[in-house]
Amino acid sequence: MFIYADNAATTKMSRAAVEAMTPYLCECYGNPSSLYALGQRAKDAVEAAREKIARLIGAEAREITFTSGGSEADNQAILSAAAVGAKAGKRHIVSDAIEHHAVLHTLKKLEREGFEVTLLPVTPAGIVEPSAVEGAIREDTCLVTVMAANNEIGTIQPIEEIGEICRRRGVPFHTDAVQAVGHIPLDVRTIGCDLLSASAHKFHGPKGVGFLYARRGAKLVSLIEGGAQERNKRAGTENVAGIVAMAAALEEAVGAIPENAARLVPLRDRLIAGLARIPHAALNGDPARRLPSNVNFCFEGIEGESLLLLLDDRGIAASSGSACTSGSLDPSHVLLAIGRPHGVAHGSLRLSLGEDVTEEQVDYMIGAVGEVVAHLRGFSPVWRDLVAEKTQFVL
Amino acid sequence: MALYSEKVMDHFRNPRNVGVIEDADGVGEVGNEKCGDIMKIYLKIEDGIIEDVKFETFGCASAVASSSMATELIKGKPVAEALELTNKAVAEALDGLPAYKMHCSVLAEEAIKNALEDYYKKHPEAK
Repeated sequence: MFIYADNAATTKMSRAAVEAMTPYLCECYGNPSSLYALGQRAKDAVEAAREKIARLIGAEAREITFTSGGSEADNQAILSAAAVGAKAGKRHIVSDAIEHHAVLHTLKKLEREGFEVTLLPVTPAGIVEPSAVEGAIREDTCLVTVMAANNEIGTIQPIEEIGEICRRRGVPFHTDAVQAVGHIPLDVRTIGCDLLSASAHKFHGPKGVGFLYARRGAKLVSLIEGGAQERNKRAGTENVAGIVAMAAALEEAVGAIPENAARLVPLRDRLIAGLARIPHAALNGDPARRLPSNVNFCFEGIEGESLLLLLDDRGIAASSGSACTSGSLDPSHVLLAIGRPHGVAHGSLRLSLGEDVTEEQVDYMIGAVGEVVAHLRGFSPVWRDLVAEKTQFVL
Repeated sequence: MALYSEKVMDHFRNPRNVGVIEDADGVGEVGNEKCGDIMKIYLKIEDGIIEDVKFETFGCASAVASSSMATELIKGKPVAEALELTNKAVAEALDGLPAYKMHCSVLAEEAIKNALEDYYKKHPEAK
């Protein structure tokens, strides 16, 4: 059995996306900036993709800028809003503690350049409270950036309420929607955001391509110089095949949202209920306001990398917020922000389901995780101390 | 290339000398839960020879494999020899560790030294 349960990391390309992109690799391979027919056909394909993507998120084509992915879109959105703010003497940004590093590291960079950043805490369920956003906005706030859905714990943020607050207070609002686009219904007009980032490979498109929605009138600064592509906002020859595939993947994903949610939510909840039966385990994130595909648990007394490798032996590809899997000494900033102590945060597991997951696979995962957790606890000194009541259980 | 050598994976999947020695002559514990690795080593020593050794580890695969290999390297050896065990020897016996995981082998070396110190504390006559 092989179960790919790391769809929040990346997804398999859809057949529709592969078929859509293929002609643009070897047949219609022209440069969209070239004037001859082969180039113009490529340009037409890019513009058709732009229109399609715009329509799928409730935007206009001219509001879509193609990027190399979600990280670039996040960087460009934030740096653009900061540049506009700085010109008006506004150097304060509101965000939250559980953003993706593409956002947090960009904000750190701005802090070094003299911006002030308010990182709001989240509730124990991992929700950013709109009232907290409202309270943090100041006269000199030039941007609010709050993600649509969290990549680790799957919480869906109240971005429509936050968007409404931002509109009322006249502050630009960016949302990193990398985990949300193609998975939950999203419409930029309903959200009321000025900027929105997305990445193709999270919704069965190819890696290396994404887009940034910027509401008409929201100024973008170019991060890459060297050409007039993307209305001077992103130099470099367009990733034509990737862009075409992204549009095809998004069309399919958005069309399937209701049916996927109806199928996935019960399976997700079955997995959550099964894993919750493991002693001293707890769900991370909100039980209801979460992505249909996301399951994230902490297991006391074990470490995540060991868990992942033993699950890999049993045919399950998953991920963890342990330090050893992040390459740093600290475990996931998201788990720490929702109040998990360091030791417990090291023992986390994220299973992000694919739309084709079956009940049989869910039950297999419940069994396999239970076995591996028990095995690792069997020689964990942390677990021994907990059981011997030398230390106290947290979960 | 895989993340770890076959040796590391073997010792991780089938750790040797796992467990506890209730009446251990020396116990060593290093690391902390915060950084994500804790190793505990138990020694049974008779006539200056490590007759038995057991370990418990909370940590990543390389931490488990380093503990397992370190216990194998000192089992049945004189205490003096165990004191000279280096993290490099542990890592080499595992056919290498990724650079950012070398600290796991350091922890294994320290856990054993810790356990031997505890042994000398409990058995000052052995010094």
